[in-house]
Amino acid sequence: MNQLFSARDVSVRFGGVHAVDNLSLDIVEGSITGLIGPNGSGKTTFFNAITGLCKLAGGRIAIDGQEIGGLQPREIYGFGVTRTFQRSRLCLSLSVFDNIVIGRQNALDLGLIGNLLRRRRFNEAVRENHERVHALLMAFSEPLARRIFDPLHSLSMIDRRRIEVCRALIAEPRLLLLDEPSAGMTPDETREFMDDILNVRKNNPRMSIVIIEHEMDLMQRVAERCVVLNYGRMVADGTFETVVADPWVQEAYLGTS
Amino acid sequence: MSLLRVGSSVAIIALAVIWTVIVLAAESQWQVLAALVVAAVAIFAFSRMRAGRDLAFTLNDSGPSIIAIIPLAVLVVAFAIHQDHFQLMMLASVLIYGIACVGLTVQFGYAGVINFAGAAFFGIGGYTAAVLGSTGVPSLLTLLAGGLTAAMIGCIIILPVLRTKGHYAALITIAFGLLFRSFLEVNHTLGGPQGLKVEGASIAGRSLLNGIQLGTLEPSFYFNYVLLALAAFTLFFLLARNLEKSWIGLNLDAVREDTIGASVFGINVAAWRIFAFVAGNFLIGVAGALFAMMQNFIAPSNFTFSDSLLMLSIIVLGGIGNLWAVLPAAILVVVLPEKLQGIGEYRIFVFAILVVLVLRFRPAGLFPRSMRQFRREVGQ
Repeated sequence: MNQLFSARDVSVRFGGVHAVDNLSLDIVEGSITGLIGPNGSGKTTFFNAITGLCKLAGGRIAIDGQEIGGLQPREIYGFGVTRTFQRSRLCLSLSVFDNIVIGRQNALDLGLIGNLLRRRRFNEAVRENHERVHALLMAFSEPLARRIFDPLHSLSMIDRRRIEVCRALIAEPRLLLLDEPSAGMTPDETREFMDDILNVRKNNPRMSIVIIEHEMDLMQRVAERCVVLNYGRMVADGTFETVVADPWVQEAYLGTS
Repeated sequence: MSLLRVGSSVAIIALAVIWTVIVLAAESQWQVLAALVVAAVAIFAFSRMRAGRDLAFTLNDSGPSIIAIIPLAVLVVAFAIHQDHFQLMMLASVLIYGIACVGLTVQFGYAGVINFAGAAFFGIGGYTAAVLGSTGVPSLLTLLAGGLTAAMIGCIIILPVLRTKGHYAALITIAFGLLFRSFLEVNHTLGGPQGLKVEGASIAGRSLLNGIQLGTLEPSFYFNYVLLALAAFTLFFLLARNLEKSWIGLNLDAVREDTIGASVFGINVAAWRIFAFVAGNFLIGVAGALFAMMQNFIAPSNFTFSDSLLMLSIIVLGGIGNLWAVLPAAILVVVLPEKLQGIGEYRIFVFAILVVLVLRFRPAGLFPRSMRQFRREVGQ
């Protein structure tokens, strides 16, 4: 397995708070890694550091050996890193199609003339993108694929999460970061969503996924490897079973001994 | 598209055209106030009826040829009032403010970049026309130059606007608008507070001040300005509509709704904001140059902060981001105060009540923006 992602001694500080503290993590191609830890342990901050949304106080982050630490978010996107957010950042006033196709920036670059004046070619581009978006939605849920031109605000929580994942998938990323995808879902929806994630993995065998999750069932089922953070540091790393058995984790995360 | 849908849409547009002619030609305050009430009731009723939704759908979802209804409707109005200088001038003003508001729509409605200095960029276009008017530059080139100058000067203030957020960015544009007026008042080469004379437009060596003859009709020379403004408005409307229904429009929406989400998905937020601001100012500058040519005279008092607010109130009343709302809202905002001159300063009061009522009961505007659809493009 090739190594895809590597973080070395990454630190992020907010004033005096060490949100992420000398964190090192390597991820191989085609893996699913779970990131767990109590609230405020730096999981989301670590995602923000990877995607360029917060400044590194130290350390290096690389994709395929190329340094991405300190780059702009849109430049990091160019390295094939996409993500979802804990509180979804979809555009409520736009359609399902618009929300997904926006993730495929390199296909949308037709220039001013191509967008404004060469409308016949533009319409072809719409059809091509529509086929792709439709195929992607079909992999998740057929009823959802039928609603491709519905306004996003008319969708249920699980469908919105699916749209967010689709938006992150349409650019065919190499590293997909999922930030608490089950937040706001019912247990049934969460189980359904697990199948979706495993499905995504089956269809994209070379893509690596990192998933932040509080829902232990989901973690146990989808994550091949579990990394536990506490106070911005890594406190455990291994399979779900070994990590959960670790006394450190019992104390820091599960709160019992 | 069913015949019924087309029929009801045509009927609504015909009613709007008749209403516009009645208001433009109205002689007494009571006629205007009655027309206002009728319009309020009609807008309220149509927005709840199938016909209103059908019209919005037809306008939003049809191909570019649907835009032909703009010149058609405006020409009907123009012919109905072809002899009256003042009424035609008001119609031309509506179209000119309409061009500026298409620019504001690109800036604020699409990209979410607020611009409280609309009148300043309008003025930059106007003063460019005044300066170039005496040099013999062709009028159409002068219009282009007015737009380009406004776009270039806009580049100076886009940098501080990009580095601030929300209210602070708004304050910077307000400050720029106020500064622009002060600059004009102390600058003697640009005429100071007395202002400047502007050459009228002439196209293909023919001054627009010479009326044209259309068969047996001899319309006022303002008819020419209506035609010129209508041509410019239709052109910019078409371009802005294509922009909205393109990947650029989609990127601008993403930038407006959520800058962080947009940046993570590879969108160059700053570049799109600059693009929208510059493109919008170009349109506002062209409108200002055309306005100056028609008025033959401009002074700093034409370009005050309240004129900027007037332009913004057009897009807010109409429906932010809805291009089709620009003309109807411009008619309300430009024509009504002129027609209510007789009740003196109470007209401001009437206007203020209108704005408050719209914001209270229809916060998305009289004609809210429809969601972008690509159904027709994929054959659904």
